[in-house]
Amino acid sequence: MSCVRVLVGTRKGAFLLNSDGMRKNWAVSGPFFAGWEIYHLKGSTVDPNRLYASQSSSWSGQVVERSDDGGATWAAVGNKFAYAGVPGTHQWYDGTPHPWEFKRVWHLEPSLSDADTVYAGVEDAALFKSADGGATWEELKGLREHGTGPQWQPGAGGMCLHTVILDPSNAERMYIAISAAGAFRTDDAGKTWKPINKGLVSQYIPDPTAEVGHCVHHIAMHKERPGVLFMQKHWDVMRSDDAGESWHEVSGNLPTDFGFVIDVHAHEPETVFVVPIKSDAEHFVPDGKLRVFRSRTGGNEWEALEKGLPQKDCYVNVLRDAMAVDQLDKCGVYFGTSGGQVYASADAGDSWTPIVRDLPGVLSVEVQTLK
Amino acid sequence: MTESGTTDGVKEIRVALPYHLRILAKIEDAEVRLEVQAPVTVRRVLDALEARYPMLGGTIREHGTGQRRAFMRFFACEEDWSHQPLDAELPEAVAEGREPLLILGAIAGG
Repeated sequence: MSCVRVLVGTRKGAFLLNSDGMRKNWAVSGPFFAGWEIYHLKGSTVDPNRLYASQSSSWSGQVVERSDDGGATWAAVGNKFAYAGVPGTHQWYDGTPHPWEFKRVWHLEPSLSDADTVYAGVEDAALFKSADGGATWEELKGLREHGTGPQWQPGAGGMCLHTVILDPSNAERMYIAISAAGAFRTDDAGKTWKPINKGLVSQYIPDPTAEVGHCVHHIAMHKERPGVLFMQKHWDVMRSDDAGESWHEVSGNLPTDFGFVIDVHAHEPETVFVVPIKSDAEHFVPDGKLRVFRSRTGGNEWEALEKGLPQKDCYVNVLRDAMAVDQLDKCGVYFGTSGGQVYASADAGDSWTPIVRDLPGVLSVEVQTLK
Repeated sequence: MTESGTTDGVKEIRVALPYHLRILAKIEDAEVRLEVQAPVTVRRVLDALEARYPMLGGTIREHGTGQRRAFMRFFACEEDWSHQPLDAELPEAVAEGREPLLILGAIAGG
């Protein structure tokens, strides 16, 4: 029987939540790396026992941890993230040039073909690659140096490369997203990159339709439809049907189109999940109600999913990497909140139950579906 | 060997690390003992520390610049050595192992 392992990164450590395929009874282990911020942890699809974790603190900087036994034991690997060459400057909050400075790893994306290869999206925005299980890291400098880098500017959370999506049908293609620069695509395994932000409109930047400068919060893709992308932008939920060449808005009837997370059903490429957040001034769910919104039409038409979720006096946020889906026949959906709850649905969002209620604030949620 | 148990010019010194770094390096004792070539300086202590515990690289001083991380502090013989040059010679009591070099996480963040 299949089973599920949920990997949870929080502000004070990592937790692993394990269940069988019924997804009713959960065993919680952790905290791992107690006291450290765990921005992200993720398992390899090639070797599910291979996990990578980003561990950081304001005091001691960045550490990358690796497990080869499904999280039972961990060992620190390489943490030297050196920008290639002279990194130059990006824009600071006031528009003045500011030197590139490494701060932390936001996202770790294991390769789809090799467990020892993993990508790291970092702040200040750049993409690094390790081909030796995290021991050493090399920047894919073509992204930072492709030309628009000096125009990139930090969002409120810093200038972070937070989304890395590998195209399962094309090993040369990958997508990344940066706050606040936008989305970018490579078609040659990271050597060269292009901005893919046509159709994005951001009223809060000097040129609302600029080539770069958009605060993209997250992007999701269904593995069988790799050319179709869904984006939660700062404001607006967007869709692209041409691998990011153009985008159109699909916010439709959402109560607010501000938010962070977005994900796609494991078996239905037109079924999309978001968690609307009230606004960029008030980072919590609207009306005190925690609701996931689901579209079965690839956007525009959204239904509120609230069964099992608090519908009164709830003021949590759900951050950009804190939602994931499993691959079981009846797709499971998982998300974590700033209040430390991790909710699970074993029926594609129709109903929800909390796996745990009182973890530290959740930064990321990933799921492994294990045989 | 000298009477103090060190080979000529090599000092056995004591270093106390913050809790999170002891966990990271899987150090169970409150202090670690390191052999450091005289003259004993913070730079030489950190070189020896990182050689024995590579996972501590980048956690006390920055990769690349080698500068102390902003919220890490050094104390020796009840004096703040955080702003001393990394190549300044540490007090004799630290060099002789009578006092530890304290590496602390600054109290910050409220």
